[in-house]
Amino acid sequence: MTDYPKSIRAKGEKARSLNVPKESLWRRLMGQKQLMWMSLPIVLYVLVFSYYPIWGWTMAFQNYKPARDFMDQEWVGFKHFQFLFTDPTFLNVLRNTLAMSLINMVLGFATAIVFAILLNEVKTRLFKRTIQTISYLPHFLSWIIVTGIVASSLSVDDGIVNVVLMKLGLISQPIMWLSIPEYFWGIVGASHVWKEVGWNAIIYLAAITSIDPSLYEAAEIDGANRYQKMLYVTLPGIKSIVIILMIMNIGWILEAGFEVQYLLGNGVVVDWSQTIDIFVLKYGLQIGNYSLATAAGIFKTIVSITLIFAANTIAKRFGDERLI
Amino acid sequence: MKKKSLQLEPIVFNTFNAIFMIVIAVVTLYPFLNTLAVSLNAGNDTIRGGIYLWPRVWTEQNYRAVFAGGTIFNAFLISVARTVIATVLSLFLTSMLAYTISRKEYVLRKPITIIVVLTMYFSAGLIPYYFLIRDLHLLNNFLVYIIPGLVSAFNMIVIRTYIQTLPEGLIESAKIDGAGDFRTFISIILPLCQPVLATVALFIAVGQWNSWFDTFLFASSKQSLSTLQFELMKLLSSSMNTNSSASMANGADLNAVQNMVTPVSIRAAITIVASLPILIVYPFLQKYFVHGLQLGSVKE
Repeated sequence: MTDYPKSIRAKGEKARSLNVPKESLWRRLMGQKQLMWMSLPIVLYVLVFSYYPIWGWTMAFQNYKPARDFMDQEWVGFKHFQFLFTDPTFLNVLRNTLAMSLINMVLGFATAIVFAILLNEVKTRLFKRTIQTISYLPHFLSWIIVTGIVASSLSVDDGIVNVVLMKLGLISQPIMWLSIPEYFWGIVGASHVWKEVGWNAIIYLAAITSIDPSLYEAAEIDGANRYQKMLYVTLPGIKSIVIILMIMNIGWILEAGFEVQYLLGNGVVVDWSQTIDIFVLKYGLQIGNYSLATAAGIFKTIVSITLIFAANTIAKRFGDERLI
Repeated sequence: MKKKSLQLEPIVFNTFNAIFMIVIAVVTLYPFLNTLAVSLNAGNDTIRGGIYLWPRVWTEQNYRAVFAGGTIFNAFLISVARTVIATVLSLFLTSMLAYTISRKEYVLRKPITIIVVLTMYFSAGLIPYYFLIRDLHLLNNFLVYIIPGLVSAFNMIVIRTYIQTLPEGLIESAKIDGAGDFRTFISIILPLCQPVLATVALFIAVGQWNSWFDTFLFASSKQSLSTLQFELMKLLSSSMNTNSSASMANGADLNAVQNMVTPVSIRAAITIVASLPILIVYPFLQKYFVHGLQLGSVKE
């Protein structure tokens, strides 16, 4: 705070502050009225939309009835949480959520890193740029559009996946991909890869370009071939960013998404497709069991926050910059 | 032998790599081009199958149907309106907040930063949020598209990081010239932030344009507030819920006899209309968002 410019003090306070060697916080704040006007209304907005709803968490400890006042609600302690962890549906939903987010994470990292490294090996600039621009395209499409594309690509009638597999003679008749429960996680993972691989590769490509070229020269002098250079120079060069991103992603382990599963899922695959978010939506807004749905939401938030702060601490140990 | 393989190796690798990249490009583009072909093909002909990259019976009927007035055109207008209004407002408010917390002398800088950044890591959850929207009388109200998402912590951090890279002297000289913080923000900071504002505007606009969940949750009972994505979602789920594709085709066939526009063909047309604006814009903003992402991650 040493470089605090005098010019932002309010005019009337100039004279008084001359006598005071160090201004009080309050006095300094009064000199920053414009900054306050520019920020406080927005902060108030954030408080209303992000913090105030936390009050609603009380519902999870009640048998919430919308018609009753707060004081008249019946308090039940941790009943809903206990129910959740013995409820086979919720445990199933939890399994699906964890499985799909793990698949998405592993596939997402692996494909983006491989794509970035291979794209980096393309030396024709125009070709490289064109491929990269094309690879971002699906990132900007909505999940509605992407799931529509996935559904029609996998369709039995004329879906391109079945057509190609039949032409190659790998299958003799079309497969109903979206009606086989065991395939659902894989389809969700593949859809994520299709949508995000180019986008996720941006960060790695940036990291690769920032690798010191003299490392490659040195490797070449030592007789390293292309694969050895990829393995011993490029990969270690992006190792730290990969680790940081992985640690950070752990916090989102319960965020398997909602849209894909909701849009692609159907009655046949429901045991494999439902995630926590869909569970909350179903119990809360469709069945009207607000208390149970809120409890599930709280569980998700608390797990996420714990993991994020743990991840943050671990990242700090690694000596890299934290997210917060 | 060894020498030969050394000369041959790069050619083999480059060829395979180029083929691999082309395969990726094809896999990325094909579904989109296929949708384009279906959208330009007569609906009753598409049902016969075999449309891949080129329409067999050309027609612009599907697009006519989209823009013919009525529900889908109305949804298109709502989508445009929410995207434009929310992007402008959100960009202004987010960057204004970002400016205030970039000022090192601002006493409330730390607390405000913490309050806003924390919102990236938790949410109260769907049910309490739904009740908030209801209590604010935003259900079935156009403002539900604008107000709830106005300030995003992530975007604010991106803009703040950019502002902090600007030379401090610029702001101080503006102050010496007698400009207040608001003046400084409007006439010095905003013009200098164009690259980052372009990136963030793209993020906000894409999010708005692609959003359907808020319509689904908060405005689904009011048809006049439906958006393009929501109409698309309704078409998609109606075609997916009729699980056996045969019954779907039969139902559509009956329609198709009199009508060149079928659910499948109109879905294709809406998909194209819903993705075209973004596809036209994003290649031009590429250099900005690539740089913006790097700012957020690879900080050396």
